[in-house]
Amino acid sequence: MTSVAQLLDGKRVCICAGSGGVGKTTTSAAIAAGMAARGKRVAVLTIDPAKRLADSLGLPELGNTERRVDPELFRAAGVDTQGGELWAMMLDAKATFDEVVRKHAPDEETRDRILANRIYQQLSAALAGSQEYMAMEKLFEIWAEDRYDLLVLDTPPTRNALDFLEAPKRLTQFIEGRALQVFMAPSGLAARFAGRGASVVFSVLKRITGVDLLQDLAEFFQAFSGMVGGFRERARRVNELLGSDETTFIVVCGPQGEPIEEAVYFHRKLVEAELPFGGVIVNKVHFAGELEGELPSAELRELLRDEDLALRAERTFADMSVLAERDKRNVRRLANELRTRAVIQVPHLDFDVHDLAGLMEINRYLFATGAEERRTIAASA
Amino acid sequence: MIEPVPDLLDKRLVIVTGKGGVGKSTVALALGLAAAERGKRTIICEVAAQEHLSRVFRRAEVGFHEVEIAENLWAISIDPDESMREYVLLQLKVRAMRDLLFKSRIFTYLTAATPGLRELVTIGKIWELALDDRKVKHGRRYDLVIVDAPATGHGVGFLQTPRTFANVARVGPIASQAETLHRFITNHERTGVAIVALPEEMPVNETATLERDLTEQVGVAVDRIICNGIYPDRFSADDERVLADALAHASGDARQILRASLSVRRRRTAQGEQLARLEELTGAPVSPLPFIFRPELDHDDLLQLGAELVP
Repeated sequence: MTSVAQLLDGKRVCICAGSGGVGKTTTSAAIAAGMAARGKRVAVLTIDPAKRLADSLGLPELGNTERRVDPELFRAAGVDTQGGELWAMMLDAKATFDEVVRKHAPDEETRDRILANRIYQQLSAALAGSQEYMAMEKLFEIWAEDRYDLLVLDTPPTRNALDFLEAPKRLTQFIEGRALQVFMAPSGLAARFAGRGASVVFSVLKRITGVDLLQDLAEFFQAFSGMVGGFRERARRVNELLGSDETTFIVVCGPQGEPIEEAVYFHRKLVEAELPFGGVIVNKVHFAGELEGELPSAELRELLRDEDLALRAERTFADMSVLAERDKRNVRRLANELRTRAVIQVPHLDFDVHDLAGLMEINRYLFATGAEERRTIAASA
Repeated sequence: MIEPVPDLLDKRLVIVTGKGGVGKSTVALALGLAAAERGKRTIICEVAAQEHLSRVFRRAEVGFHEVEIAENLWAISIDPDESMREYVLLQLKVRAMRDLLFKSRIFTYLTAATPGLRELVTIGKIWELALDDRKVKHGRRYDLVIVDAPATGHGVGFLQTPRTFANVARVGPIASQAETLHRFITNHERTGVAIVALPEEMPVNETATLERDLTEQVGVAVDRIICNGIYPDRFSADDERVLADALAHASGDARQILRASLSVRRRRTAQGEQLARLEELTGAPVSPLPFIFRPELDHDDLLQLGAELVP
């Protein structure tokens, strides 16, 4: 029915979204490698302090700039990329934040004040949604440079898959926050706007925070207020890109009940936000064939001539069948809920995927033209 | 070699951490049930809304209040906004002042926008739950508080918040409270840390990194690494050869059974290698936890896992 190549036809931005632990990073890398193997210039961006992508691409480290994955790795995996290139970068949220500050600060003084502020230095990474926002920021920057046919974004491992969708909004709200500006100047006109008592509030706050902290916070917010214009415009353009025809969102999930529910929820949020949903990839799906006869199997005993081994084998088959049944039910429910045929299942492989060869193995499923072909591949594995 | 450090369940606080999808919540629950079975009044804290606990217990939603989910076992979902509110209530005894603050837009914005504040008040609530003499009115005294902590990466940042705040604020109430919180989570006598891992290449690498970061950056000691999802070791290398030979001649049902068995055998072998790597790369003792072949885990499964963790 659907292959990843079809989902990405005519697209320049692919955003892989899903909750943590469902193999999103591996899937993003596999999609990028698969498209590179089909002659495209592809860059995959990940934001992950655990360096998973670097691991999976055999890169010793990834900085805040793209690095090309050694073409020799493709050749070693027996892949002719037909001129395609694979680039990868791991996003450093703090470094990107610094870049953004340099870009948007109205003058050098403001820029230096922000970069030197202790709250900014210590805590900007903890700022609500800042990691997520910085991922978007970097995506937009690289997209605007127009050097790649396709960008694949591995979204941050947030507890809630949606955090990053709201990140641009939250960060601009934070920077624009009018009441914050009032807080920064708790006297004069601003105080009148805030209503009487602003200075009383200020003194109560002092009591629970301590003078130093409040002072630093005031400075932090004040410095940021100068960047409102640039930030707002930027966030608007990022949102435009996310909603455009060039972009597609691929939801990645696992076959267990909870990841499936999260995928359904996430899909609904995408639709509500009018963002382009492409399809869903279910990773690590268990398969077990259906038996024609009953257990114990006479044929098995004839082949093995070992009753104990036959029993252990049958017990193992029964264990796997439980998982296969569950996964089948869950995947069917997912397809129904999403009303989509674009459900791509990747089986739970017998080996760990942590190099290019492994990614290409996953790609046999991701780029297969339909469920039928995927079943055939799985059966012959 | 053997340090006189209390075992996991004899601590006052146990932080369960690890990357997403490794089964942290399951382990937290299993530990909680095991502790409760031993007569310890235990509470499990979820950080931000996850609703995992309520799924297992099929109960009404666990919110920002302490709900009894089994005998001797309570659960709470720690909401940062509620924690902030509670903190202010405990700080400001004068009612007029609180009302002024809660109604003030400045306060609302400040609490929403200040980086790290949500994490700080969340840890503050965890600390409050673990006090002998609770700050909240009629607060129940717990023997053990178990935290289902945020995923790796964010996990280190989360636990680092108190020290960061103590450094940034320098003096004043927040600085001294942040200092208290930092001492609380780094007190090895009272606070234990368990990292949940999976027997796969990348999760093993990440667990090693996480253990190092927690030790070096946060200053906590990791007591235990729990390796989740280990398949049963049913077949020997000889068995594998016999099964593979048989597969070459099999058709129909026997073929399906043999394929499944070989697949599990191969995965188990790979898991064994990763488990060995995990033991080599990490310092804390590693406890393996069996994979449970069930569509969804129920109460009995969790009890079984708890018994594996705390024999």
